[in-house]
Amino acid sequence: MGRTLFEKIWDKHVVESFDDGNDLIYIDRIFLHERTGSIALQNLHDRNIAVRNPKQVFATIDHIVDTIPGRDDETLMPSGKEFIKSLRSSAIRENINFFDLNTPEQGIGHVVSPEQGIALPGLTYICPDSHTCSLGALGTLAWGVGSSECEIALATNTLIKKKPKSIKVNVNGNVNDQVSAKDIVLYLISNYGANGADGSAVEFGGNVIDQMGIEARLTLCNMSVEFGAMTGIIQPDEKVFEYLRGKKYAPTLDQIQEAEKYWRKLKSDKDAEYSEIIDIDCDQVGTFVTWGTSPEHAIDLNEKIPSLNEIDDETKKDSAKKALEYMGLNEGETLMGKKIDAAFIGSCTNSRLSDLRIAASILKDKKVSNGVKAICVPGSSKVKKDAENEGLDEIFISAGFEWRESGCSMCFYAGGESFGLSERVISSTNRNFENRQGKSTRTHLASPATVAASAIKGTIAFPKDLKEDL
Amino acid sequence: MKPINSITGIAAPLLRNNVDTDAIIPSREIKKISKLGLADGLFAEWRYSSVQNRIPDQNFILNKDPFQKSVILLTGENFGCGSSREHAVWALQEWGIKAIIGKSFGSIFYNNCIRNGLLAITLEEKIISGLIKNVEENPSDNHIFIDLIKCSIQCCDKEIFFDIHEKDRSLLIEGLDEIEKVLIYKNNIDSFEADHKKIRPWL
Ligand code: SF4
Repeated sequence: MGRTLFEKIWDKHVVESFDDGNDLIYIDRIFLHERTGSIALQNLHDRNIAVRNPKQVFATIDHIVDTIPGRDDETLMPSGKEFIKSLRSSAIRENINFFDLNTPEQGIGHVVSPEQGIALPGLTYICPDSHTCSLGALGTLAWGVGSSECEIALATNTLIKKKPKSIKVNVNGNVNDQVSAKDIVLYLISNYGANGADGSAVEFGGNVIDQMGIEARLTLCNMSVEFGAMTGIIQPDEKVFEYLRGKKYAPTLDQIQEAEKYWRKLKSDKDAEYSEIIDIDCDQVGTFVTWGTSPEHAIDLNEKIPSLNEIDDETKKDSAKKALEYMGLNEGETLMGKKIDAAFIGSCTNSRLSDLRIAASILKDKKVSNGVKAICVPGSSKVKKDAENEGLDEIFISAGFEWRESGCSMCFYAGGESFGLSERVISSTNRNFENRQGKSTRTHLASPATVAASAIKGTIAFPKDLKEDL
Repeated sequence: MKPINSITGIAAPLLRNNVDTDAIIPSREIKKISKLGLADGLFAEWRYSSVQNRIPDQNFILNKDPFQKSVILLTGENFGCGSSREHAVWALQEWGIKAIIGKSFGSIFYNNCIRNGLLAITLEEKIISGLIKNVEENPSDNHIFIDLIKCSIQCCDKEIFFDIHEKDRSLLIEGLDEIEKVLIYKNNIDSFEADHKKIRPWL
């Protein structure tokens, strides 16, 4: 029987198989951030255990550092500085690769890792952060773990784990430039549920994926955890190899041919078995925005919020009811035209150069609607610099957006900066959970294009309406 | 980690789907680089009518009598989804929760539970609803007994069996430290690593 891409990478990393169905898996890369990495390193140190292979470990500062220009270790979040200082001293002590504040490599871990060539095809990669699955876009077997699991990997370069099932999601159809990876993934989750993948590894394929750029693939895989998956993965292709060439931590010139030869073999067999195959017809996918407090609460902007008696499952109905109350919305109403208080472009989902370019193409020569607080936080210091070289910062700033330093920023509320009480925010992030972006803040997840268009209109709006205005 | 053979105590129904780790412990409640001091922030947004002044919301299940003393949570689908923060498990444990019975769990959360000795049991929704019914009908007599040796739950004269992965069960029963467990294979890891890197020098 054939094997899936995921299974092949997994099998290559099995150090030992146990009778109970578990494997001892070798971990090639460990990535840390100050929020959860500091505690893992601290605990190991307290137990007098050293990091086994410091060269294979990387760390950045992204989660609780401020993003206001001129920032330093002091944070708006009370005690945030302790996390930054702790990670820094642990990183120096353990001699791991560390991207400190004000270095050109700093940024959100999941953005930094591909752009520095740290995540590579066929590697196993963990990080104590749930959106580690983003890196499957490069054909990396990457998943999020807790701090304790991370400690085990830091100490031994292995984890004991049972191989999960594989699911295939085929995305085919006509690619139209109105539909982004974010729309596709929100469509998937709204149709199959926030736990649709039930801990499986999801392999994305199909002509739409083949045509997608690397950054869009990163967006898609980023949200696989919101689909309940252990990880998402895409067969690495020439685009990936091209993307990685010359990156700082990618294979060097004398290794690249051999590496690419190996990477080219990384594909699922034709007769590979999946526990489920989901087919998505891209022609059915429109502009998707969430109305509730789970990513599965998403609709096409042309449609109405479902009415509660359309929902059969009692618990789901109850969740939808609570979500509507929280969001200050009614069943059966449309999202289009809903007044917003704020617009946010940032996060590991949608803050890369291509995201900023699309948003800028909509914002050019326009102004953010009066009263809308609009913020753009580039995903890494490199994205910020590249965007500035293209003059995108000027477009954002003259439209009325704040232009920030890189980090997670207001993707989540850690006690520092946040959106206001019950404010309605259209956001390019990945989680619309209650209180995620601030006390009682109402988050609507959307693509960067939809966020930009809505910022200008002051209400939730279709990006294409604005593109036609141009 | 302390070995666990059984857990007994009051079970609180929290029948919601997709209870995420931000809800279990909001990020701003994580103030120190420590596994301790988190119980106070558990379910902060739901538990307090004013989070800042720590005024309990009497409508929240864990504030009601006798559920302030719960050791078991009964819940819905995808419990612990969202952020990987292990603080969610530490906060639940520090507050007093020893087991969670749900329809399904976020996979990182589930692993975090087992690694910290918090028993997470998956059961069908129907059975969970039955347990909740018992608990609600007899609030003064709602002790549930979970036997990890027999893999069974005893409640109101009924016995329900559950499945748990053998590795997870033995980790909980033995209370072994996983780093030590893995290091038994140190030689195998060393030789695997040497071959692995020889074939893939770019690692
Ligand atoms: S940007 Fe948001 S989702 Fe991504 S790693 Fe940071 S906090 Fe998590």
